[in-house]
Amino acid sequence: MKKSLPLGIVFFAGVVMFFQHFIPTDQSEFIYKYANDWLICIGVYAMLLGIWSLIRVTLHKARHDPNERFYAIVTLVSMGIMIVAGWDVDNLRAGSLFMNMFNYILIPVQATIFSLLAFYVASAAYRAFRARTVLATLLLFTAFVVMLRMIPLGYISELNQYLVAWILSVPNLAAKRAIIMGVGLGMMATSIKIILGIERQYLGGD
Amino acid sequence: MAKQENLFDKMMSIDRRVIYLLLGLAVIVPAIFPFDVPVATTPEVESVFHFVDSLGTGDYLFLGVDYDPSTMAELHPMTKAILSQCFSQDVKVIITALSQNGPGMVESIINEIADQYGAKNHIDYCFLGYKPYPGIVVLNMGVNFKLTFPNDYYGASLDTIPVMQGIKNYTECAGVIDVCAGNIADMWIQFGNGRYGVPLALGVTGVMASDYYPYLQSGQIFGLMPGMKGAAEYESLSGYKTTGIRSMAYQTSTHVIILAFIIISNIGWFLSRKEEKKIG
Amino acid sequence: MGTAELLWNGLAALLTLFIFSFLYRDNVFYKFAERLVAGVSAGYWTILLYHTSFTDKVIVPIFEQQHYWYIIPSILGIMMWTRFSRKWAWLSRISLAFYIGIATGVALPIAMYASIYRQLQASMVSISLDWAGINSALVTIGLLCSLAYFYFSKEHDGWFGGISRVGIYTLMIGFGAGFGLTVMGRISLLIDRVLFLKDYVLTLFGA
Repeated sequence: MKKSLPLGIVFFAGVVMFFQHFIPTDQSEFIYKYANDWLICIGVYAMLLGIWSLIRVTLHKARHDPNERFYAIVTLVSMGIMIVAGWDVDNLRAGSLFMNMFNYILIPVQATIFSLLAFYVASAAYRAFRARTVLATLLLFTAFVVMLRMIPLGYISELNQYLVAWILSVPNLAAKRAIIMGVGLGMMATSIKIILGIERQYLGGD
Repeated sequence: MAKQENLFDKMMSIDRRVIYLLLGLAVIVPAIFPFDVPVATTPEVESVFHFVDSLGTGDYLFLGVDYDPSTMAELHPMTKAILSQCFSQDVKVIITALSQNGPGMVESIINEIADQYGAKNHIDYCFLGYKPYPGIVVLNMGVNFKLTFPNDYYGASLDTIPVMQGIKNYTECAGVIDVCAGNIADMWIQFGNGRYGVPLALGVTGVMASDYYPYLQSGQIFGLMPGMKGAAEYESLSGYKTTGIRSMAYQTSTHVIILAFIIISNIGWFLSRKEEKKIG
Repeated sequence: MGTAELLWNGLAALLTLFIFSFLYRDNVFYKFAERLVAGVSAGYWTILLYHTSFTDKVIVPIFEQQHYWYIIPSILGIMMWTRFSRKWAWLSRISLAFYIGIATGVALPIAMYASIYRQLQASMVSISLDWAGINSALVTIGLLCSLAYFYFSKEHDGWFGGISRVGIYTLMIGFGAGFGLTVMGRISLLIDRVLFLKDYVLTLFGA
């Protein structure tokens, strides 16, 4: 019951939704659109579950870890302020405290955290890009040519534009197409295994 | 001899703090001594521009703003340029934001750009907002907007919004442009274009850009704006210049530094290998 | 820029510098900014989910429009929360099964079409002796060789080894192009923050 019921639901829902794709009738479209709409509804609860998990973990830290207590309180208080500030739907508009906190706290911090990657990518390029083998040389040469596009060098830049366009639309295209097709085949195989109940890791233990 | 070997080793093992410092200086120098960099346009960006340019009064464009603050540096300029072009041509725009912080991204620019062109919410554009599970949302919007978004982002019923009258789903729009960081672009390709055949163009981050050229050649997308360079190209085509073109000088100075480091490390490596061979 | 906006921008500039301080080493300023934004982000998402999704998909359909069939997905959603109970955690599998079944069933034919059929179709173009025709042939050769590299049911030696060797060369060029564009992407993020700080300083000094 604990496993066979979910497996049965996956099989039934999977088969019905697969075949409705090939049966364009009003009835099948009705099932299709309401099944999808219900998923969004379930998703709302799942997302809220994620937020509750964050609160639980942060509360646990605030109670039991003296080194993390201050930071846990910062997280909980800022979250509380956001919830109170955004309680009224009108506060979703620009100019409210809710949106000011988004614009002047969330945006700069998140953007700056990711901007640190610029330093790491520069350091990684310096250390990793060495022409040790044919493969490494190909990688280095292509990356070099693509990066050179950002530097205006007159006639060389004009030639380089053509070379970059060719790299992106011929060898890069072939390589990425192979990956897309590989991923597509993998997705199909995994989907079939899930629907048939062969792949059941998503159910977890017990 | 030993002195030379040391020099080669040093060329290959520059301290990371030196790299950070020089990269930092490379972004500060253009801020103090600004200079212009020519922006050559590419066919993939031109096709997006010409598509929007061909739209006129009464046409609808669907714009997906599916990115967070972490990638707004690359994608915000594209969104701004497209919105300004649409509003200047009286094109109606329907907007969604399917990433977690996407609605905040839209809200931070929409009023400013709309005000510049006198565009009105609910008359010239409609911001539908956010719903979880982007793949499912894309599928359902291909049937009917109202099914997934009975109300817009501000809580107004779609039945009462003038711009949403007479349009049922995005296949009735001239096309979809998804400005995106992450796999929502794949969902638009698979579900939006794959299932419903809607003409689709993408604005993506530099990290993602090379992955989407196969879709461009197969015709699943008709245009592609790759990262900040794509944004700068679009800005130069549309004439609505913000941070895209402005940042090109900074791109040049930082790329010079990174390429210089790569050259130094490779010269060091070649010369040290040559020395090793000489010594035997 | 008014005083309030100037102050808000000052806070944003200060938090930007807090994060940059991580380049030196991990410190209290960085940690503070990081945890502050974790709370702001969670609060933002909670409110966003409530106003744009919970209201539209639960409150309005069930309580205002009397569309009582929306109770079913709501029950399935609530069952997700049984994950916190050891005894009842298995109930969450039913909601999960509903989601996975529908999502895989819907995605399967579409993935087959968009990722396999359309990509194969685009690789099968007629050969011509002009520049475009040569490039198309190169794409097809590169694709076949790259696919051969991913084929592990045959040992990569002899003529097959040669093909897969060309495949890995093609893939390396693809990864190189990807890395070149990644550098541009990452640098863009840094430039944006520098432009923000520059503009703020200029505003502060009235320039």
